Amino acid sequence: MFVEPIVRIESLRVEFPGTDPGRTPNVAVKGLSLSIAPGEVFGFLGPNGAGKTTTMNVLLGFNNATAGNAFLFGVNVREPIARQRIGYLPEQTCYYKFLTAEELLRFYARIFRIPKADVESRITAVLRLVELEHARGRPIRTYSKGMQQRVGLAQALINNPELLILDEPTSGLDPLGRMKVRQIIQRLKAEGKTVFFSSHELGEVETVCDRVAILHEGQLKVEGRVRDLVTRYHGDLENIFLQLIGYSQPAYEPGTHLSSGRQHAA
Amino acid sequence: MSPAPTCLPAVSTLLEIPARLARWRGWGNTQAIGSIVLLEMRRRKDFYVLFILTALITLVLGAMNFFNEARIVRYLKEICLLLIWISSLVIAITTTARQIPAEREQRTVFPLLAKPVTRTELLLGKFWGCWQVAGLTLLTFYGFFALVSGAREHQWPLAAYGQALVLHWAMLGIVIAMTLLGSVVFAAPSSTNTIAFLVSAGILMLGRHLNHVALQLNEPLQTLVYAAYYLLPHLEWFDIRNRVIHDWGLVPWWAWSSALLYAAVYTAVFLVGAAAWFRRKTVL
Repeated sequence: MFVEPIVRIESLRVEFPGTDPGRTPNVAVKGLSLSIAPGEVFGFLGPNGAGKTTTMNVLLGFNNATAGNAFLFGVNVREPIARQRIGYLPEQTCYYKFLTAEELLRFYARIFRIPKADVESRITAVLRLVELEHARGRPIRTYSKGMQQRVGLAQALINNPELLILDEPTSGLDPLGRMKVRQIIQRLKAEGKTVFFSSHELGEVETVCDRVAILHEGQLKVEGRVRDLVTRYHGDLENIFLQLIGYSQPAYEPGTHLSSGRQHAA
Repeated sequence: MSPAPTCLPAVSTLLEIPARLARWRGWGNTQAIGSIVLLEMRRRKDFYVLFILTALITLVLGAMNFFNEARIVRYLKEICLLLIWISSLVIAITTTARQIPAEREQRTVFPLLAKPVTRTELLLGKFWGCWQVAGLTLLTFYGFFALVSGAREHQWPLAAYGQALVLHWAMLGIVIAMTLLGSVVFAAPSSTNTIAFLVSAGILMLGRHLNHVALQLNEPLQTLVYAAYYLLPHLEWFDIRNRVIHDWGLVPWWAWSSALLYAAVYTAVFLVGAAAWFRRKTVL
């Protein structure tokens, strides 16, 4: 039976105007094609500057594709209505800091036209999920970084989205914060939500993802089930990642000074 | 059988506008974004500081008594209204100028635009919020003005005050839309603030004299100044302070309504310009 993918990216190319004297365009994404099925947790990996955030920005309508197409639920991402059933967590926390978590969520609930009768219960449910119920009346500016990240998750979940797009959700968090975010993703996975997230935490990706794609210099290097990749490349995700981006580890000789490269006599 | 009157469909379409507006998703988004601007105003100190300053200056001046005649309050009304005009311009321009740059700088625009919100709705929401802020400011300030002058004069020309307030609010609508356009074009709020203040104050003080100035100039400067005279919004037309101060009675309602229509047209022109610019602009 054919299942319509929730995310469909076809031959996506994104160019930015060049800043060099010849104005050569910078190609951020080169002919990327991907699809994500309902209920999948999909990890989007790649070194910094690989084009992950640019791809997400196209899906969210922040950037326009130079060529190719992207669809959410079969609707072209250029249509605002394509974003009705998604939740998005940006990499950096960025919310109106003069608002309390409750006010922020009420504002986003209004944007999604959640019926007034359901707003209160929805706010309580998402704040409970991200363990912020005790701080719902406090201004966001008084929150720690971990708490702000969890407010971000709460706002991404307020419309009970079918697809969550998370841009490095654990970036800059302490181990406890990372664990909490990971637990939330696992809970969402158990609820059957589709999650599309980028991360540098390969161990975390290995734990929670069904499928991964590795992007390097705007090109898709590999895509597949984590299990299959591990079998195919005979190593863990970190080794596969380093291998695919062409990183060769410099030989380390014991006793070598990092600053001078001199070697101590044994 | 006589033909059905042709004006009826047009009238029924007009009557449907409020219901259609309420159903339009964009209106819901516009209102929601506007409510955030209002909340921000409540939590900032600008409004309170300006109101307290205006009230203090007016009350100190109100304590003076000229020629032992307590009813001479024209000077008091003049200064109070001048302070209201200055304060309302400051609040309207500074509140508006920071909206879009702050959204980009603090990156709050990203989670917002990742929702089913268009850039035009974001801009309209900002306009709606800032205009509401201006309206609330005017209500508070004019309420205070009515109290102070009423206490001294023992008369309450509320219709005249109402006319002045609504015209003032409409004028601030033009200023807010113009400032919003500036905030989309210039990245820094300080540039937008300066330009919006200079343009608004320039029009208010010199706008009515531009055609006389043009007469004394040579070509091509004359054409340029004439063009400015006809193209710039005449904010000074909305200033009926003298009528209020000297109790000259109400502005004819047709003139008052025409001024509101004039304000609506200019506000719409600036908003369309801002929306067109903002759609092309990268938010990243």
